[in-house]
Amino acid sequence: MRAIRWLLVKDLRILWRSPVTTAVLVVYPVAVALLFGFALSRGSDKPTVALVDQVPPGEELTIGDQQLGDVVGRRELAKRVKVEDVSSRRKAERKVRDGDALAALIIPPDAVSKAESQLESSQVELLVNEEDPVKGQLVDDAIASVVAAENRRLSRALVRTNLRYLKLLLEGGRVSVLGNEFTVLGLRRIGEITRAARRALPRRSPVRLQLDRVIRFNQLALQNFGIGGKALSAVGEPIKVKKVVLSGTRVPLTSFAAALAVAVSLMFVTVLLAAGALALERTENTFARLVRGPVSRTGLLAEKVLLAGGVGVLVTLLMVFVLSAFVAVEWGRFELWLLVLVVGGAAFAAFGTALGTLAREVSAASLLAFAALLPLVFCALVPSGVVSPWLYDLTRAVSAVFPFKPALDAVQAAFYGDGDLPGPLFHLLGLGLAFALAARAGLRRFAF
Amino acid sequence: MYDEPPLLRAVELRKSFGGRQALRGVSLAAHAGELVACIGPNGAGKTTLLTILADVQAPDSGEVVTSGPVAWVPQQPALYGRLTVAENLRLFARLEDAEDVDGAVARMLAQTGLEDRAAEQVIRLSGGNRQRVNVAIGLLSSPAVLLLDEPSAALDPRQRARLWEFVGGLAGTGTSVVYSTHFVSEAERHATRVLVLADGHALFWGTPAELERLVATNGAGADDFEEAFVAFLEQHER
Repeated sequence: MRAIRWLLVKDLRILWRSPVTTAVLVVYPVAVALLFGFALSRGSDKPTVALVDQVPPGEELTIGDQQLGDVVGRRELAKRVKVEDVSSRRKAERKVRDGDALAALIIPPDAVSKAESQLESSQVELLVNEEDPVKGQLVDDAIASVVAAENRRLSRALVRTNLRYLKLLLEGGRVSVLGNEFTVLGLRRIGEITRAARRALPRRSPVRLQLDRVIRFNQLALQNFGIGGKALSAVGEPIKVKKVVLSGTRVPLTSFAAALAVAVSLMFVTVLLAAGALALERTENTFARLVRGPVSRTGLLAEKVLLAGGVGVLVTLLMVFVLSAFVAVEWGRFELWLLVLVVGGAAFAAFGTALGTLAREVSAASLLAFAALLPLVFCALVPSGVVSPWLYDLTRAVSAVFPFKPALDAVQAAFYGDGDLPGPLFHLLGLGLAFALAARAGLRRFAF
Repeated sequence: MYDEPPLLRAVELRKSFGGRQALRGVSLAAHAGELVACIGPNGAGKTTLLTILADVQAPDSGEVVTSGPVAWVPQQPALYGRLTVAENLRLFARLEDAEDVDGAVARMLAQTGLEDRAAEQVIRLSGGNRQRVNVAIGLLSSPAVLLLDEPSAALDPRQRARLWEFVGGLAGTGTSVVYSTHFVSEAERHATRVLVLADGHALFWGTPAELERLVATNGAGADDFEEAFVAFLEQHER
């Protein structure tokens, strides 16, 4: 243990005297924290959409006696996008081209009259810039959901109006047409009147047979209009969605991004430092001198894991502290974070030392670490359904044998209570042990 | 010649790397105060022999017997460039569990004549001074046997002379020194016994005077000892 302590002091002193390395180790995670922080807090999570409303002022959509306001409801639109009013189509086009707005929505002057007619669809125009496929997808999703919501709103209004007319037809009542009030008898009342009239007629009266036909038709109409009312309600919203979460929990995007920033920083700092510190013993030719006498190979490995894990945890904590200025951080869960950072740091450090045994120089070890880490992050972030099933299975398998994915899961669980914590922790411990054994085996051929 | 048993004895050492045989049954012995030179062309097996004697790697067969601590000074300086001379010495003194760390560091600084460079980072030292620190670290444990792998390779003639003066002084205090070198003259001038290696074979084991006689016989017509030695090696290669 004394030897490990002196080696730790030595490595920290070397680190302190390597200003570029130290700066990268500290500046990198802080820069990542600031970048994520600004992106999460300053940026609007709603895309800006320019709106050109050409409908004459004061003209509002009315279905039956329901006042529905604009054709495209501004309040509904504002829930999903940031609306910016623009006076003309030309200005809207310029805003989209310049990137000031993600899209422009143009509502033509006849939109209200067409929507009210119930015979023709009202058509709004969407201007988008498709130079960026991600941006294009974002516009499609945002506008499609707004249009769907508007269609639902109009459809409900139409169904409500028609249901009221249907009820009037069935039950009777008073109706106002062009300012004049009328009384509608209703099928039910007609049935009562015709049945009473039939009872008043002599048994052999030929009119009675005629009335029987009217009564049968009336009963049939009553039954079918009753069913029709329910059908009309269903048509107003033919498919209702009930969301059931099968795996994972709903985590706010900001929390996921913060967890990702923490896991990425811990991984890069720890793996690079562990790989570099071990390779340094080879570059400086000190490895053989150390292990032939004062320090065992396992002791040297343990020292590198302690060094890289310790520095990784400290730097990541600094990063979380910076990140907390932008994103809500639950300080009450500090013990859990620390546990996850320590276990994750140890697993990443073991992985880094395994990489370090493959390189003869510090620069080669760093390059190898970068080359290995970037695809791991990519594999861990591929969501299901966006690639073919076999490729998704492959990315899951790759993610399972490296520490990044379990570390990300553990960070989410520890920081935000999202998901299971013991599972990823044991996964990390297992991987850490496996990589430590691989590194120990790699050290056998390290000196020559 | 020696009444006491050797401090270091190697018997029939063999070592292969893949299909290549680096050592083919090499034996040697070094007594207290003796300077043993190991010479031969590149790839002869000198470094492999010294690392086996130093227990850095194990032989495939054969054995090494030592009495007392053995220090090993690798060919390339094994130092931390970002640490100062004193910090390097202090670190290895602590790792070697030296009883008086500061005393050991001061002694080595004095022996190597680097007191005025003690606070300087090793990365800023010349090759010669780095080699002196490299040797000094090997001596921190006051070894009975000192193994030096090509200690003068990076040194200019003046630095070489100082090094051999220093090593000669160590041998004078009873330390047994085994060193490898490219410079035949260093074996001829400083060694008490010489081992000539070529392609893993021990071609010669004896005193420099015996080697001189053998070389003179085999390399007749050569202008100097080095030329005669090359002729001797070529003859064995054939």
